[in-house]
Amino acid sequence: MGEQGELAAEQHVRYIVTAEKKKDSFESLVMEHLRASGAYWGLTTLDLLHKLHAVDSAEVVDWIMSCYHPESGGFGGNVGHDPHVLYTLSAVQVLCLFDRLDVLDVDKVADYVTGLQNEDGSFSGDIWGEVDTRFSYISICTLSLLHRLHKINVDKAVEYIVSCKNLDGGFGAMPGGESHAGQIFCCVGALAITGSLHHIDRDLLGWWLCERQCRDGGLNGRPEKLADVCYSWWVLSSLIMIDRVHWIDKEKLAKFILNCQDKENGGISDRPDNAVDIYHTYFGVAGLSLMEYPGVKPMDPAYALPLDVVNRIFLSKQQ
Amino acid sequence: MSSPDEEEGVDEWVPPSRRPELADVAPLPQGDGPCPVVAIAYRDDFREVMDYFRALYAAGERSPRALRITADAIDFNPGNYTVWHFRRVILEALDADLIQEMNFVDQIAECNAKNYQVWHHKRWLAEKLGPDVANSEHEFTRKILYDDAKNYHAWSHRQWVLQALGGWESELQYCNQLLEEDVFNNSAWNQRYLVVTRSPILGGLVTMRDSEVDYTVEAIIANPQNESPWRYLRGLYKGDNTLLVADDRISDVCLKVLNNDWRCIFALGLLLELLRMGLQPSDELRGTIEAINNSDPEIEHTDLATAVCSILQKCDPLRINYWSWYRTTLSS
Repeated sequence: MGEQGELAAEQHVRYIVTAEKKKDSFESLVMEHLRASGAYWGLTTLDLLHKLHAVDSAEVVDWIMSCYHPESGGFGGNVGHDPHVLYTLSAVQVLCLFDRLDVLDVDKVADYVTGLQNEDGSFSGDIWGEVDTRFSYISICTLSLLHRLHKINVDKAVEYIVSCKNLDGGFGAMPGGESHAGQIFCCVGALAITGSLHHIDRDLLGWWLCERQCRDGGLNGRPEKLADVCYSWWVLSSLIMIDRVHWIDKEKLAKFILNCQDKENGGISDRPDNAVDIYHTYFGVAGLSLMEYPGVKPMDPAYALPLDVVNRIFLSKQQ
Repeated sequence: MSSPDEEEGVDEWVPPSRRPELADVAPLPQGDGPCPVVAIAYRDDFREVMDYFRALYAAGERSPRALRITADAIDFNPGNYTVWHFRRVILEALDADLIQEMNFVDQIAECNAKNYQVWHHKRWLAEKLGPDVANSEHEFTRKILYDDAKNYHAWSHRQWVLQALGGWESELQYCNQLLEEDVFNNSAWNQRYLVVTRSPILGGLVTMRDSEVDYTVEAIIANPQNESPWRYLRGLYKGDNTLLVADDRISDVCLKVLNNDWRCIFALGLLLELLRMGLQPSDELRGTIEAINNSDPEIEHTDLATAVCSILQKCDPLRINYWSWYRTTLSS
């Protein structure tokens, strides 16, 4: 760990495929309710490394559908969990990876998401009403992948997102919320998907985003915070969507990500020499994908899926 | 391990299988399927609690013993949103004491301050309890921010409480305090902007601008290598470039900082923006820039804005492409 050089692709694949089986693993306890997202992170990483065939697609699809709630049209984070838009997107994304959207009652799922839009254009995460621009992105992304974006009030959705824009050109979780790279990705992604990027001051935001690069080459999420591999995705994809990615030093960022690998056991951590996890493994590989690292498939910055998967959804015959 | 609300005086945790109240319940195991996609292993005691939770959840039971099980499950995994949902359903059915519930969730939040579920549960409670809890909610977020002054969840909650339930009176003072403790705290600068622009007590941005400029300039002079106040200063004049250029204090602070440290990227950047907007530099400012110019033979001798740009290209190599682009936007 900590040596510069190559992507230890084989080790990362092994890490994901075998996963942890230790009885007292803390990570296992806290991941149970969000396994659908864990599956998305793990499987997308496998696909980016050309190893999606290492898992049985029928098994995955069956398990994903066991998280589905036919009454509501939403997906839970695991079997027996309540529906939530977070896991609905993860489920749809996983089905996209395997080209199995055919198993869905598309309109039912779309209606679940549509029903979460509030009067002011914002989106709740579920029936309990938590509002966050994350859910705006998640809802818009889900509906777009299902070709059902027209079911929501797009203008209102955009209006709400724009109301979360700050003086520095960035976006927060709600109006007045501090600009944060994760929230910025969500807002920029949502605006990109809805064809509304003209609301963004690209030069101003681009500058804020490129200021996230620290001396060690990594990216942070807010001023004066530490670099973290996950921002390699959120900052980078945002920069790509507004055509300003050349404003960061890509080589230094790639070196930072590679330094966060556990080259023996596989996996990537948030920063060098820390413990690895599936989440940061995905974001590290995704960041490298956005920088066209050799051996890694290209990704769509807005949909957070491999480019060939997105092309298949949008360039093939209309559903 | 805590079972805070149902049984007082119980110090040791009793596993559900040994609680007399649950003797009639058949625990329900997790339906993982034979070959889980992302396999997860479980601790036995956690497994037991969740088996009992699932049984009561499946039965839709809204009772004190079910409430207690949700507390146990939350203790093991406060991120389990389904447990929180069920807990809220039970609380409503039992018409429970919500102040007591707020105390319960606050205990969880103190050890899990970056957990979305606890903060949402707090908001759900606060919405029901109303303006009476504004002060206690502000006290709570103050406590959390004392440990981590940049906790995004705490700030979101604080902002929501201010706007929904009130309590603006001492907020600017609170920002002052936080910035005294750590002037690099971007969250505090962001909060400052919220207060200055949205507080119903202060006069709004235009009224506050003058004193805010003074405050920010002082913060910059004390610590010039601090991204936040430079952005804040710029933000005070957002949409009003003419006023920004006309306010001598802005160009003055750039000059002052550069005289001490000609490499300060933030000062150079703001100066560049002022020049692009039409600032007519004082002789002193012109002199400072030219001195920097002359110290490096590689920097071309050209108009002031382009000169500053060249300096930035050298001082901030990580963002050389940004400064190169900026250069192209300067009119000849």
